[in-house]
Amino acid sequence: MQKITKEDVNPKILDALLADTELSVEDALENEMILNMGPQHPATHGVLRLLLRLDGETVMGCVPELGYLHRGYEKLAENMSYYEFIPHTDRLDYLSPMANNVAWALAVEKLAGIEAPPRAQYIRMIITELARIASHLVAIGALAMDIGALTVFLWTLREREKILDVWDILCGARFTNSYTRIGGVANDAQPEAIAKVKWFIDQYLENLDECEKLLNTNRIFVERLDGVGIITADDAIDLGLTGPSLRGSGVDFDLRRAQPYLFYNEMDFKVITFPDGDSLARYFVRADETRESIKIIRQSLDKMPQGETLLNQPKKVLPKKAEIYSKMEELIHDFMIVNFGINPPVGEIYQAVENPKGELGFYLVSTGEGHPWKCKIRSPSMVNLQSVPHLVKGRMISDVVAIVGSLDPVMGEADK
Amino acid sequence: MELKELLDQKLKEKFSGENFIFNEYRNELTLSFDKKNVVSVCKLLKEDPDLQFKLCEDITAVDWAKRKDRFTVVYHIFSLKLNLRLALKANVDEADCNIDSVCSIWKTANWHERETYDMYGIKFNNHPDLRRFYMPEEFEYHPLRKDFPLMGIPGSLPLPKK
Repeated sequence: MQKITKEDVNPKILDALLADTELSVEDALENEMILNMGPQHPATHGVLRLLLRLDGETVMGCVPELGYLHRGYEKLAENMSYYEFIPHTDRLDYLSPMANNVAWALAVEKLAGIEAPPRAQYIRMIITELARIASHLVAIGALAMDIGALTVFLWTLREREKILDVWDILCGARFTNSYTRIGGVANDAQPEAIAKVKWFIDQYLENLDECEKLLNTNRIFVERLDGVGIITADDAIDLGLTGPSLRGSGVDFDLRRAQPYLFYNEMDFKVITFPDGDSLARYFVRADETRESIKIIRQSLDKMPQGETLLNQPKKVLPKKAEIYSKMEELIHDFMIVNFGINPPVGEIYQAVENPKGELGFYLVSTGEGHPWKCKIRSPSMVNLQSVPHLVKGRMISDVVAIVGSLDPVMGEADK
Repeated sequence: MELKELLDQKLKEKFSGENFIFNEYRNELTLSFDKKNVVSVCKLLKEDPDLQFKLCEDITAVDWAKRKDRFTVVYHIFSLKLNLRLALKANVDEADCNIDSVCSIWKTANWHERETYDMYGIKFNNHPDLRRFYMPEEFEYHPLRKDFPLMGIPGSLPLPKK
C-alpha cells in the first residue's frame, strides 16, 4: 500500500491546517499527554474533574479536582437552626435523601440527649434500607451504562421508581423527602405505604436476579471490571475507604454491625464482603447488600410496634400542626423552637451512620445556642474519590470510567 | 471506660511529663494534647498492637472566634480491632497558625488536611500537596472562619479571564 505523505496533500490545505491549530505532526505516542476529563463528562457522575497524564492510552497519573458543586453547607449550617438544616441534608447524597435525613436526626438527637420512640426508629430503619436499595440500583445501572450496557440501567431504574412511589405515599415527595424530624418522623407510616413496601420486597428479588442474569453472564461487562482497579485491604483502610468500596476489598467493617444505631443490633443480616478488591467485587457487594436490606426490612415490618412516632418533649421536639392550632401550650413551644431553636446543651458529638456510599458522619459542636457552632459533614464520596489516583494508575483510559463508576461517587455529597 | 485506662497507661509510658486531658461526653472519648506531639501520638495510636487505630475517619477544625487559642484541630479515628472511636484534639493559635501533618501516618489525611487548610487557613507542615481544596486557587479568604460573612465578600470570586 502506498503511503500518503505531506507532498500528496494540497500545500494550500496543509498550510491552512497548520496555521489554524497547534497540531503536532510528530508521533503522539512518544509524548505524554495531559487529558482533562470532566467536569462536564457524563461518565464522571456529576461535576468531577480528573486530570490524567497519559502515555498513549495508559494512565500514568491522575489528579482529581473537586469543588465544582461546592455550596458551603457547613457554613450554612452554622447560621440556621437544627430543624432548618433537615431539607439541606437531602441535597448531599441526592440518590438516598432519606438516609441522610436519618443521619442528621440521629446526630442532633445524640447532641440533645433525646431518643425517638421505637415505632419511629423502626420506620427510620425501613426507609434507610429502602434508600440503600434505591442508591445501589442506580449505582449498578449507571456502572453498566458507563461501560456500554444500557438495558440494565432502564431495568434498575424501573425498580427504583417503585421505591420513589413509596416515598410519594409516605411523605408526599419523591426526591427531596425531608421526612425525619428531630425526635421522630414527620408522620406515621400509613397502611398504604406499608402495603406498598410489602409488595415491593416480595417482587424485588426476582427482578434483581433478572438484572444480574443480564450482567453476570455478560462477558464484556465482566471482563471490563474483573481485575480492574484493585485495592488491597490495607491500602483501602489507609485511604479511608468505607462502605461497599471497603467491603469489596474483604474488610468486614459495617457501622450497622460495628456500632449499631437504631435497632440494627436486633436484626439478623450478613455483612457482605468480597476478597478481590477490584471493580467487579465492589459491584457484587452492592448487589448482595440489597438482598440483605430486604431481609432487614422484612424483620423490621414484623417487629414494628404500634405507638407514637414523635417524642413528647416540648422543649426539643416540634409539636404536631393540629395541636399548634388548637392548644395554647403547643403554640408557645412552637414559637420558641422556630424562633430560638432547640438549644442542645454545651458539648460536641460525632455521629456516623452506614450510608449507601459509606460512612456519613456529622460532627456537631453546640455552645448551647439554637444553631450549631460548627457542623462538619464527613462525606463518604469525597473520601472514596481520594483512592482514584491509586486505582487508575497503569490502567487504560477506558478503565477510568469503570473505576469511577464502581466507586459510585455523588458529587453533591463530595463537594458539600 | 476501658480504653481510657489503656490509653493513659500507654501514653504515660512513652510521654512522661506531657499533659494529656481526657474528656468523655455522650459515651465518646476525647483526648487533648499539645500540637507539637500530634505526629508522635498518632503514630503510637496507629502502630501500637493493642490499639491499632488504623482508620482515620475525619480531620477538621473548629474556629472559636475570640478564644486565646483560636482554632482546635479535631481528628476522629477508629480502631477496627477494638471497635472503638476516639477523638483527638490539639489547639492552634492564630499567630502561629500551623500544625504538623499526619499524612505520613494515614494517607487519607491528605484531602482532609487540604480541606481544613482551605476552610480555616491552618497550615499543615510537611504536607505533600497543600493546595486549596474546594475554593479556587486565587481565592484569598478562608470561608469557614467566623469572621467571613455568610453572604460572601463581593468581588472575591473573579470570573475567569476570556
